[in-house]
Amino acid sequence: MGELLRVATAGSVDDGKSTLIGRLLFDTKSLFADQLAAVERTSRERGDAYVDLALLTDGLRAEREQGITIDVAYRYFATPKRSFILADTPGHVQYTRNMVTGASTADLALLLVDARKGLLQQTRRHAFLASLLRVPHLVLCVNKMDLVGFDEDVFEKIKNEFRGFATKLEIVDVATIPVSALGGDNIVSRSPSTPWYEGTSLLHHLEELHIASDRNLIDVRFPVQWVVRPRSGELHDYRGYAGQVAGGVLKPGDDVIVLPSGLTSRIAAVDTFDGPVAEAFPPMSVTIRLEDDLDVSRGDMIARPANQPMVGQDIDMMVCWMADAPLSAKARLGIKHTTRSVRGVLKKIAYRVDVDTLHRDETVSELRLNDIGRVTVRTMTPLCFDPYRRNRTTGSVILIDEATGSTVGAGMIL
Amino acid sequence: MPVTGYELTHLQMLEAEAIHIFREVVAEFERPALLFSGGKDSIVMLRAAEKAFWPAKLPFPLVHIDTGHNFSEVMEFRDARVAQLSARLVVGSVQDAIDAGVITEDIRPGASRNQLQTPVLLDTIEKNKFDAVFGGARRDEEKARAKERVYSFRDEFGQWDPKSQRPELWSLYNGRHRPGEHIRVFPLSNWTELDIWRYIAQENLDIPSIYYAHTRDVLERDGMLLAVTPVTPPLEGERAVARQVRYRTVGDMSCTGAIASTAATIGEVIAEVAVSRMTERGATRADDRVSEAAMEDRKREGYF
Repeated sequence: MGELLRVATAGSVDDGKSTLIGRLLFDTKSLFADQLAAVERTSRERGDAYVDLALLTDGLRAEREQGITIDVAYRYFATPKRSFILADTPGHVQYTRNMVTGASTADLALLLVDARKGLLQQTRRHAFLASLLRVPHLVLCVNKMDLVGFDEDVFEKIKNEFRGFATKLEIVDVATIPVSALGGDNIVSRSPSTPWYEGTSLLHHLEELHIASDRNLIDVRFPVQWVVRPRSGELHDYRGYAGQVAGGVLKPGDDVIVLPSGLTSRIAAVDTFDGPVAEAFPPMSVTIRLEDDLDVSRGDMIARPANQPMVGQDIDMMVCWMADAPLSAKARLGIKHTTRSVRGVLKKIAYRVDVDTLHRDETVSELRLNDIGRVTVRTMTPLCFDPYRRNRTTGSVILIDEATGSTVGAGMIL
Repeated sequence: MPVTGYELTHLQMLEAEAIHIFREVVAEFERPALLFSGGKDSIVMLRAAEKAFWPAKLPFPLVHIDTGHNFSEVMEFRDARVAQLSARLVVGSVQDAIDAGVITEDIRPGASRNQLQTPVLLDTIEKNKFDAVFGGARRDEEKARAKERVYSFRDEFGQWDPKSQRPELWSLYNGRHRPGEHIRVFPLSNWTELDIWRYIAQENLDIPSIYYAHTRDVLERDGMLLAVTPVTPPLEGERAVARQVRYRTVGDMSCTGAIASTAATIGEVIAEVAVSRMTERGATRADDRVSEAAMEDRKREGYF
């Protein structure tokens, strides 16, 4: 059994996204007979001319009634080589927050363009969001190649145009694949219709993609989640710090520093239910024991003395605003960062980014629903953080409305 | 490309995610509890919980909503597992609620107590002041579940509002809640049925015997194989036949069907599930067949 790959897709029915996803599910035998029958029945009742595979996960009554995707839908499929989680989001600008949510955990972003239409504003927006969320890999499927006679020139033109745009976004790994989702060309296996194409099929690409080195294995970061204290019998003195490794490799004998207190010690053991392990790395959930009896609690961060995160209260970040009421300076916010929850206040909004043109508007005084902008937040107590581009776990925050408790924003620390 | 060797299998990644969720909830809530029915999903969930807090004991009680129509093999299994962990078990009894006149039973032939679990569950949550309740639901099970968050908020009436769910980003779960509200937490959201079985094999977990093929008297009703039991006697015109069957899901006897199967070992079950062309609920659950949005409607009211 291989690793788990998390894929985010965004788009609308027009570009053939549903057909592509349906094809992947169907060809990997992940679509069940009763699911297909239910979808066929509903499509027929609605009088659709084709089987609308979006119905597979547009499961909410409101979505079925309106024939739209409102939310992030998670679909699962597997091949003998790898398991996949597909976070499928609607593509329109009013669903930017859903796309940001889907991309936040993704290893790969899957974008589609219609070969007849080429790159659209929507394609650029999706690529920008994928880069903002630091999704490490991107695949651009040039779909409906059958409708342009599998013309290599059409494909090359779109591919080059996208590469030029992607360079501006610092997307590291981009693959472009000519496909026909309807006919299954280059989806599961290489198509005879594109002899000029030397790359692999989409599924093969997804199966073989190397993702282990996307994780930060250099900077040791261990946010303490919970202190394990059995307080019984022979375990009376046991004191372990439970958490999920956010970066680096932790080993017994390593010197460590606990932040923000600055106390130092050495790792005595890395415990798990299945026995002690020699090394812990992301995203393992383990329990660390230290050689010294220190005061360590939830919200603290364990790092290496020679490689520490930043510790501070004035934090610059890119924010995607997700609430109906706009965000403006002096707003009071709850902030959750790793395992630490603090209060903060919005000091200033530097600019808003137009997600379609990438233009920065420095005259704005507020961020509205689905806006993305650069802000400075002052926290009441210090956070131990890294830039988001260095570590997606220690560089991300959620913003919370203190009155309602809702999640109102996603922040990526600069 | 560099090969680092620092790779986890997908089951290890799913387990690490579930453990993280358990620890977050226990750290941020006052009174969590875990729904344990003795079914395969809750068995896997319980193992992940054990791992999250080891070597300490489970920091929360287990809860079972007992319809009084459960398979005896499953009840025995439940009690044995509870004893093994020295855990505390809270039972919400549908029968007691019927006897007390709190809820009314539909006694027509073919009726099920499935719906009656919801008020008993909500009552158990309220009485015990639970503010977070772990459930074993998975997103691949059913389309209403596919859009449910890992932290699923319920208002003071226990209701779920699918349209006002909080965005859930990275692994930053937002547990803010007001008194009287609670959350349902689904640590296995991203697991598939096959993952559950593979994990049971990997961890060598005991499961109730009815998950394996055995001979049982069954009736065919609405295209499902129902066991002949005191609560599901043959109706007029139905005839019981002894068949080789097993259960793919374990629920209330009145609405859970068996499937014809010869899979008698975990390896054979995995092989069978891997090639199955039906979802587990489509194949065996009468309660989900009522309408296209049957699950969403029940969930809105506070169902599991």
